[in-house]
Amino acid sequence: MDGLVQLQKQLVDYTASLFREGFLDDQFNQLQQLQDESNPEFVVEVVTLFFEDAERLLNELSKTLDSSFPNRGQASIDFKKLDAHVHQLKGSSSSIGAQRVHSVCISFRNSCEEQNVEGCLKNLQQVRHEYSLVKTKLETLFRMEKQILEAAG
Amino acid sequence: MARRNFGTQVTALVVDDNALNQKIHQRLLESVGVRNEVVTNGKEAVDIHCHGKRFDLILMDMDMPIMNGIQATKELRSMGIGSMIVGVSSRCPETEIRKFMESGLNDYHEKPLNTAKLNSILHKMNPNFTSNNK
Repeated sequence: MDGLVQLQKQLVDYTASLFREGFLDDQFNQLQQLQDESNPEFVVEVVTLFFEDAERLLNELSKTLDSSFPNRGQASIDFKKLDAHVHQLKGSSSSIGAQRVHSVCISFRNSCEEQNVEGCLKNLQQVRHEYSLVKTKLETLFRMEKQILEAAG
Repeated sequence: MARRNFGTQVTALVVDDNALNQKIHQRLLESVGVRNEVVTNGKEAVDIHCHGKRFDLILMDMDMPIMNGIQATKELRSMGIGSMIVGVSSRCPETEIRKFMESGLNDYHEKPLNTAKLNSILHKMNPNFTSNNK
């Protein structure tokens, strides 16, 4: 029983840290409130859809901003297409409360509007980094929740 | 309790091409008892009405392939569809929101939709409804 209580405390503390450090915002709370006995996997399902969306979009962004050609001129980059992908990623990240990913997407959209190639390359790096962090954090969160369910029998 | 009782009298159509948004909007609606269906673009929204289906509430995304939310809303209104149509989009510029509203929306909310925004939509549909009850 002590073990379970400890796990629960760890989960509460870990979740609080994700909000405190800005990885998640209130939209994530909203999703948790929509989870109940009839939809026990709702948050995991929604976040999984976000992971799929984000990975597809990050792939598309990389292709559009192909960094294997560092001398690629401004004229050859389709900024409209780039902006469209970033807009989608911004929307998805906002829908699950991935605040830091969402913030980088806002900067990224500004870079697209300015047709700032260097800015876009930097933003792509940042958004990949933030996405990787939040993915790891959320996977850890779900693992902890699963451990609690197993410990509770 | 009052919110859920009113919700069970309402039917809704979710019009959105993104699976993540579809799932969230459907779950939000279900949480207040609203029976709902999903279509993935404006043309499917128009087609489902051409087949005779009617909904009290339509949650309409703006950017969709084949037929976007602005065109779909105009078509539905020209067909005489009097449903509450609420635009739900992540587009920010005033000009775009105004264009969307002018297509025939009753209301507009920025994504993501959440409980508070849904409560406000339901309150518009039924002023007797309050969000104090869960």
